[in-house]
Amino acid sequence: MSGPLLKVENLRIELTTRDGVCPVIDDLSFELEHGENLSFVGESGCGKSMTALAIMGLLPEGVGRVAAGSITFDGEELTTASRPRLRDIRGNEISMIFQEPMTSLNPVYTIGEQIAEVLRAHQGLSQKAAWDMAVELLDAVRIPNAKGRVGDYPFQMSGGQRQRVMIAMALACQPKILIADEPTTALDVTVQAQIFDLLRDLRKDTGTSIILITHDMGAVAEMAERMIVMYAGRGAEIGPVDQIIDHARHPYTKGLISCVPHIVDTLTDERARLTEVPGIVPGLAEFGRDMCLFASRCGMRVERCLQERPPMQDFENGQRAACWRAEEV
Amino acid sequence: MADETKTPLLKVENLGVRFAVKRGGGFGHKSWLHAVDDVSFTVNRGETLAIVGESGSGKTTAALAVARLVDAWTGHVDLSGHDILAMEGEELRQVRTKVQFIFQDPYSSLNPRQRAEDIVREPLASLTDKSKDEQREIADRLFAAVGLRPEQKRLFPHQFSGGQRQRIGIARALATQPELIICDEPVSALDVAVQAQILNLLKDLQEEFGLTYLFISHDLGVVQHMCDSIAVMYMGKIVEHADRLSLFDNPLHPYTAALLSAVPSVDKARRAHTKRILIPGDPPDPVNLPKGCRFANRCPVAQDICRAEEPELIDRGEGHRIACHLVDDSRQSVL
Amino acid sequence: MTETPQMPEMPEESIPKVRHPAAEAWEMFARNHAAVVGLIVLILITLGAVFGPMLYPTDPFDMVWAPFSPPGQEGFLLGTDYLGRDLLAMIINGARVSLIIGLAAAVVSIFIGVTIGALAGFYRGWVEEALMRFTEFFQVLPTLLFSMVIVALFGASLPMITLAIGIVSWTAVARITRSEFLRIRELEYVMASRASGAKNMKLMFRVILPNALPPIIVQSALMVGSAILFEAGLSFLGLTDPNVVSWGQIIGSNRQYILDASYTVTIPGLAIFITVLAISLVGDGLNDALNPKLRQR
Repeated sequence: MSGPLLKVENLRIELTTRDGVCPVIDDLSFELEHGENLSFVGESGCGKSMTALAIMGLLPEGVGRVAAGSITFDGEELTTASRPRLRDIRGNEISMIFQEPMTSLNPVYTIGEQIAEVLRAHQGLSQKAAWDMAVELLDAVRIPNAKGRVGDYPFQMSGGQRQRVMIAMALACQPKILIADEPTTALDVTVQAQIFDLLRDLRKDTGTSIILITHDMGAVAEMAERMIVMYAGRGAEIGPVDQIIDHARHPYTKGLISCVPHIVDTLTDERARLTEVPGIVPGLAEFGRDMCLFASRCGMRVERCLQERPPMQDFENGQRAACWRAEEV
Repeated sequence: MADETKTPLLKVENLGVRFAVKRGGGFGHKSWLHAVDDVSFTVNRGETLAIVGESGSGKTTAALAVARLVDAWTGHVDLSGHDILAMEGEELRQVRTKVQFIFQDPYSSLNPRQRAEDIVREPLASLTDKSKDEQREIADRLFAAVGLRPEQKRLFPHQFSGGQRQRIGIARALATQPELIICDEPVSALDVAVQAQILNLLKDLQEEFGLTYLFISHDLGVVQHMCDSIAVMYMGKIVEHADRLSLFDNPLHPYTAALLSAVPSVDKARRAHTKRILIPGDPPDPVNLPKGCRFANRCPVAQDICRAEEPELIDRGEGHRIACHLVDDSRQSVL
Repeated sequence: MTETPQMPEMPEESIPKVRHPAAEAWEMFARNHAAVVGLIVLILITLGAVFGPMLYPTDPFDMVWAPFSPPGQEGFLLGTDYLGRDLLAMIINGARVSLIIGLAAAVVSIFIGVTIGALAGFYRGWVEEALMRFTEFFQVLPTLLFSMVIVALFGASLPMITLAIGIVSWTAVARITRSEFLRIRELEYVMASRASGAKNMKLMFRVILPNALPPIIVQSALMVGSAILFEAGLSFLGLTDPNVVSWGQIIGSNRQYILDASYTVTIPGLAIFITVLAISLVGDGLNDALNPKLRQR
């Protein structure tokens, strides 16, 4: 099948809170190609995880809903799909791993039982076949001595191993898309390197597309081909990772890259002051206003930013940025 | 900072902290977890020493022991000539004015039932005999120093953002004009864009008040930006300790090298020529440590001697201390 | 970055209002309508207990009419009991006793429970072991039997009944206090207070206890209810101060006539039911108000 694997168009997700209805995702569009690694970057509260939940059809019931736009997966519209169909897609075609490997495994079942359960439910394997497959999967995610450990309980494993088990479960049905929501935030950096390595190899072997949600520009640079910078529920900038890091077209992207002290190659005694992005992400009540929501923190704002929401602007190299002054950045 | 004659402010010698752990139910026999094992380092006045390490390395425990917030089992902690560990009662409370702590989590480090102003002046109320008016005056000045507005004094912690809360925590740490401030992962709970605000503030305050920092972190980028020297801990021990340039340019302990290579970077040049050193597996069980070097089971270059004998932390010249059998005075990389 | 000559000023960020946590708690409480109804009922009962005897000065021990006059007849709203005493006067006067015993017993058990729980949770180690074994000892005692023994040994006076109820019901408070202390003492702000030089007493009672209070308050509210029930149980069995009327006692003394004059038992029973229900509803509302997990950040 040609065309993108996943296409999100003008997505708007509304959340009902005590203070009214606000658009946590506001007019977001992007595409995910077969076998591609796309990253979502931004601070917490910018709607990264909400987008992932919308794709999974897991928006908090009664609170969040897709108000406009479409999510097309492999030519199939997901926003109007029936619940059983969504459930089917969730296990088989799109899977997700979460930040906390501690809490996303059920502590009273062995990891083998949990992986086998997924296989039986979605692929109809027999008990025995599912169990064998579980061992294979654990081996694939590089758990040493997989045969011996398949009967272990989650508490007998380290954080990194638990995250591998989560990945094994997510991969059990050979999904077309794997959504990884901050998969290494709770892990140590050497373990993070192992997990990234694993994800990279799995993608190479299986061709699974990966959506990586993170706040770490370094991780994006290492893992992804394209990225979306999210701010206050809107896409701020989209484009190829290398291009964006070289020359960001949105002041927020620029701030995100330069506010973090990155390990640099040639170290000197000199230490540049870190660029500050003053202030914080606006509260939900501000979302949806017809202005650039980043304006209050932006050093480049002009009158126009406060009066009109900037549209996405295209650049030749495939970069797109929603900023009135994108060309000057 | 660097041109001043270096005088040590804090000297930690052979510090050890251990916890009793019960294994096998209520009647199981007691064994010891050595969270910090024979750790020695010096922090010079006006400088910043970072202790880096992953979870379980003992870096936070070491810092808590220096501040007397957990009990050390053995060792000496000397703060400008006074042995902190030997102090009790009133004397200890006086030392607390000299050593203050900035905590990791700005959400749990402020008492939710206290107003911001009262949080900031708590150390003054507990440790000094300043009048309430004096305390308030100092709190006012500190509010300004950390970039908070005076109208915010009467608010409760939940009315602040994470970054602002951390500013309150910093103001509290400054209240008694301490000589040493221990920063325990001061930015790791904050959003990336807010981290820079706090890191810059810490730098400015250091310059303004001549502060000495003991900086605990797992983030090597932050450490590289903030610190003058760095001690790397693994499983309770310091494995490498050097000044900033030597450590980042020439990491000698295989663990340090692996740690550095594991940090994802936006720097294309660095990505292109840094060989990623993947260390497989997980750290050993801290209660039943293997014989020999604690890193041997994951070390890509481990030899027989590494599994037999525990290496000592040896100065290999210019204050570059490494605990590895394979590194010698030539300071050549062993990888 | 290019210089912007005319960077527009952002409107000044507004400072949130200084709102005391109590104000917020009240807002959460008010959102629980059942709790508000409970609170109104409880206030009415309390007012009735305080001012009722002045407004309706009939002596509850006086024989005012023929026994077993049903409610509403002969000018007696709730009728008379087997001795011809005015039930309304008995209910009004009994409310005082029930409420006082309920409150006082709750205070006694909170005092014991919080002290023991706080010490156990704060000091850990052998102190905790010893205190928790002590608590468990009280937990496994059959409470009604034990309080009957106390009252039987030391006499059935109001203070003794109160004490007996308090002594058998503090264990839940102790356990809650201990678990809250265990949780809160590990939080960084307690460590921060310690780094600021706070002494143990201050840490325990000024830093940890105020933060541990919400579940203790909820538990205490419920305990007032159960203490009232307990008192009713004791006086039903006749273990009561003969010089005062209490709801349980009314039921107890009229129980033989339950088939002939059921109202003599149902009316005080209803009084107990409504009061305890109101207290439970208020306790539930307090839980909403004080449980920070329900509160939006």
